[in-house]
Amino acid sequence: MKIIAVQKLLAANAQIAHEVRASLDRAGVYAINVLGAPGAGKTALLEALIPVLSQRLPVAVIEGDQATARDAERIRALGVPVVQINTGQGCHLDARMVSAAVAELDLRAIRLLFIENVGNLICTAEFDLGEHLRLGVLSVPEGDDKIAKYPTMFSCLDALALNKTDLLPHLEFDVTRVASELRRLRRTTKVFRVSARDGAGIAGLAKWLAARAAR
Amino acid sequence: MHEAAIAEELISVAQTELTRSGAHGRVLRLELTVGRLSGVSPEALRFAFERLAPGTVVAGACLEIAEPKALCRCRPCGKQTGTDDVFGGCPACGSADVTIEGGRELLLQSIEVED
Repeated sequence: MKIIAVQKLLAANAQIAHEVRASLDRAGVYAINVLGAPGAGKTALLEALIPVLSQRLPVAVIEGDQATARDAERIRALGVPVVQINTGQGCHLDARMVSAAVAELDLRAIRLLFIENVGNLICTAEFDLGEHLRLGVLSVPEGDDKIAKYPTMFSCLDALALNKTDLLPHLEFDVTRVASELRRLRRTTKVFRVSARDGAGIAGLAKWLAARAAR
Repeated sequence: MHEAAIAEELISVAQTELTRSGAHGRVLRLELTVGRLSGVSPEALRFAFERLAPGTVVAGACLEIAEPKALCRCRPCGKQTGTDDVFGGCPACGSADVTIEGGRELLLQSIEVED
């Protein structure tokens, strides 16, 4: 006897993500899932963006890492609320972890929530965290071939911050290749050239994110 | 190794479906669809399932995994094609202007139970 099931796996995660998004919507909080490899500069990008954004929008951050509270400490130094999630053996954040972290925040006091995912270009893409926007971070030293090598990740992004562009003069990196391969995966993904280190492009990205959050 | 978490969920979804159907026989086979763009490795999923299934209702069941290719739609010519190369452009007209429409599936399709 054959039982026809047709059940989505990861449905439990999707359900929790849906609940997280609904509670953020009720509170008027816009959430951004920040994804990228270890060392791409996800935390550094937040350190550059938050002082610009928090002038207009109260910001909070959920930090995901396998271990340590180092990133949370860097964010806390900026004077914004932060919750650290340590995933232990887990290679990604899931909606259940984010739901627990969101419960630690005073949603009435914030408008913009960054969720910095675990540094990983594979499984993080599969888990809806209840976010409204997915921002990828790819850094110049990682190489211009990463879009094609990790299509699952790069096809799920609403925007990509190409970070460490201050290193472009020193490395062989084809920016147009990244832009055109990304367009092939998802034509609507916006690309921002930034340098978290010298601040180039940060104002433009901050302005775009604030406009998305205001919609 | 998120395949272990997915195998756990697979077992629990299968359990729910079996209870709902009222079937009591031994579970012979689970049919899954794991799209090539789903980010899930069928080998790793199989490995995790074989280790987690013993002692559950799906102990001894075999996994039959279909792996559909990425599905691309060409915007200029409208043709939909399955492909292993999402950067290869449209095989019909050569245009690079294609949109991914499928290949991310992660589904339990059916459960076969001994009569």
